[in-house]
Amino acid sequence: MATQEVQVNETLVHLKTESETLKSKLEEERAKLHDVELHQVAEKVEGLGQFVMKTRRTLKGHGNKVLCMDWCKDKRRIVSSSQDGKVIVWDAFTTNKEHAVTMPCTWVMACAYAPSGCAVACGGLDNKCSVYPLSLDKNENLAAKKKSVAMHTNYLSACSFTNSDMQILTSSGDGTCALWDVESGQLLQSFHGHAADVLCLDLAPSETGNTFVSGGCDKKANVWDMRSGQCIQSFETHESDINSVRYYPSGDAFASGSDDATCRLYDLRADREVAIYSKESIIFGVSSVDFSLSGRLLFAGYNDYTINVWDVLKGTRVSILFGHENRVSTLRVSPDGTSFCTGSWDHTLRV
Amino acid sequence: MTINTMAKGGWHRDQMSCFRMMEKVIVAMQDPDMGRDIIDWLMKKYNICEEESLHISGLLVRYGYIYPLKEPRSLVLRPDESPYRFQTPYFWTSTRWPASELDYAIYLAKKNIRKQGELMEYEKERYSVLHKRINHTWDFVVMQAREQLRASKQRRKADRIVLECQEQAYWLINRPPPGARNMLDMGLERPNNTARVTLNSEHYKNEIDTCKRALGRNRVKSSICLEGEQYQNHDPIMEGCLPSNPWISDDSAHWTMNLETVPTPTRLRVERWSFSFMELLNDEMGRREFMTYLEKEFSGENLGFWLACEDIKHGESSRIVEKVEEIYRNFLAPGAPRWVNIDSKTMDKTLSGIRHPHRFVMEDAQMHIYFLIKKDSYPRYLKSDLYKNMLAKGIVPQETKKSVFPFMRRQRHSSPSPAQVATQATEEGGNATGAGQAGTNSAAGSNV
Repeated sequence: MATQEVQVNETLVHLKTESETLKSKLEEERAKLHDVELHQVAEKVEGLGQFVMKTRRTLKGHGNKVLCMDWCKDKRRIVSSSQDGKVIVWDAFTTNKEHAVTMPCTWVMACAYAPSGCAVACGGLDNKCSVYPLSLDKNENLAAKKKSVAMHTNYLSACSFTNSDMQILTSSGDGTCALWDVESGQLLQSFHGHAADVLCLDLAPSETGNTFVSGGCDKKANVWDMRSGQCIQSFETHESDINSVRYYPSGDAFASGSDDATCRLYDLRADREVAIYSKESIIFGVSSVDFSLSGRLLFAGYNDYTINVWDVLKGTRVSILFGHENRVSTLRVSPDGTSFCTGSWDHTLRV
Repeated sequence: MTINTMAKGGWHRDQMSCFRMMEKVIVAMQDPDMGRDIIDWLMKKYNICEEESLHISGLLVRYGYIYPLKEPRSLVLRPDESPYRFQTPYFWTSTRWPASELDYAIYLAKKNIRKQGELMEYEKERYSVLHKRINHTWDFVVMQAREQLRASKQRRKADRIVLECQEQAYWLINRPPPGARNMLDMGLERPNNTARVTLNSEHYKNEIDTCKRALGRNRVKSSICLEGEQYQNHDPIMEGCLPSNPWISDDSAHWTMNLETVPTPTRLRVERWSFSFMELLNDEMGRREFMTYLEKEFSGENLGFWLACEDIKHGESSRIVEKVEEIYRNFLAPGAPRWVNIDSKTMDKTLSGIRHPHRFVMEDAQMHIYFLIKKDSYPRYLKSDLYKNMLAKGIVPQETKKSVFPFMRRQRHSSPSPAQVATQATEEGGNATGAGQAGTNSAAGSNV
């Protein structure tokens, strides 16, 4: 009926307006408690000296763009995945490859190492997240023991094990995140609230260990309660897709990297953005970010093949690193902070 | 600068920002003459070093905003007197995105006519492929090509040459020769916002709820939010690590000294336990030490309880019921062997929750005990002799002297894979430690 349709549309418009109004009110409230800028407080802090950071290892073996990587808790092994469907586990210290699996799909955009070091999870255009137990038996075909855990209705963009091998958190191009039980493949909780593809996620290191942050194509970074599935906080200050989010070591803040060529720091207690890391000469988007062990440095990989290192407190750039011959697609600091690894579209990984 | 942001397909949104920014740089720049000019101008304008300036200008060339006059196919920026010119906005990649097959066909047709068939090999191939593919409009293609050639003949020779250079540069970027890097490879297409998630009333109601909840949140003043300085000494990238950073020295001693279980931990490690309760709990050794301390104080059951609750939260779904029962028996039941002291309200809530066990049924009780230990036992532990001795005994490794012959690389020892350790553990029935020291020669390491 025509009138009904009009009514529904009006309600939709009405709801949208109400949502927008509340959002601006929220921004007002947030601004009220903002008494000082981060870099002002940081003036008292000692400046950083110069560091020399060089590539110490180059891992060659992927036949196509490297899309994602993750460290093992033993601080030296890593898993990486690429566009041609290959997932490789390396001992980055010796640069030896230890395992290789070929996924049945291309564009494996997500991979994660299990906390125990005995399995890896990966997924991409197959819309699923699968777990492969790592076997050292040379004759065993890893693909045979594969376990399909997560099922989305669009591509898998990121995955991460929670504190144990038993649960996996995933984010997808279908706009949702989800928590799964590995053993049964059951969906434990789903998270709705993004208005477009979710591209990244990171688990909070906090004491209560029940929250995580996600970033998406809707320019929003959302903080979720894993237990209830609700969105606790939301930040919408980026001007383009958010490609990467990472918690500050203390868990009280997180950083994000976006196609708008900036990285931003959001404080969860102050409930606002507290710093922007950008420079006029940086033109290309950020693909991935991670903090150094103390959280003083923020490493960011860019689509212009470089890595910029930022002083988190003072907001200045400490260093720019060259070396990759194509986009840096993924970047992670090792668990003990002794190094960081980057993966690139130039088919290599560097530590 | 207005860019055509009409969404003609997914990539517009994504790619526009970097193109827009490159265009901003170009517009601000003076007309370039030589490569050297460009480098210097960038260095001055953005206060950056030569290496970065070279990098940015290299990208400007590779994305087609500046093109070399002398060797048009070599899309590099030489920091010398090589001449470069701005690409005209008409031929910017973003203006005519995406480059159409039809246009390419017309371009090749023109070139074919002009050079009387002397196209490059790959151009010939593409020309014939296109001919087959859009055969139905081929007359149009040839007609357009002839028309454009006629129009250009009426121009001054200098202008004609410039236009030819610009057009050639455009097609070198948008249809790169085989072997050249495709700069316009942007990865997986990301659709426009509205494609995936239905923005229906439910979505907005959700947003409204979230906002309302967020409005009610407690907020803290910005000035209070700065900590973490205590970790700086522990940050290996910033301050180095002892005896050496394995990635730099190729010596894995640092890792060997910091394994989960060592006879004596390093001092830095023990120091970290004092930064926060979570640090202590996250370290297996710290947990053990703390447990020893608690047992002495007859409050070990608190930590035991917390660990068991964590196990439920993060363990297999199938074992939840069994684990909840075990916790009840050991910690909560009246007269339990390791009874924990929880306030009656929480206890009642937990006990009734146990009748329908789920992953978070112990959450309240666990939180209660956690904060109890954190406020009470933890600070006392840090002041205790047990901890102080641990700290004093902690190893401060000697910095590895740099090798006399720095060019000689140390042998990089492999280490047992965690997967291997686990399988051996199950095989040998719990005799997991010592399953291979880090002494295997890297030459014998597996090569997949």
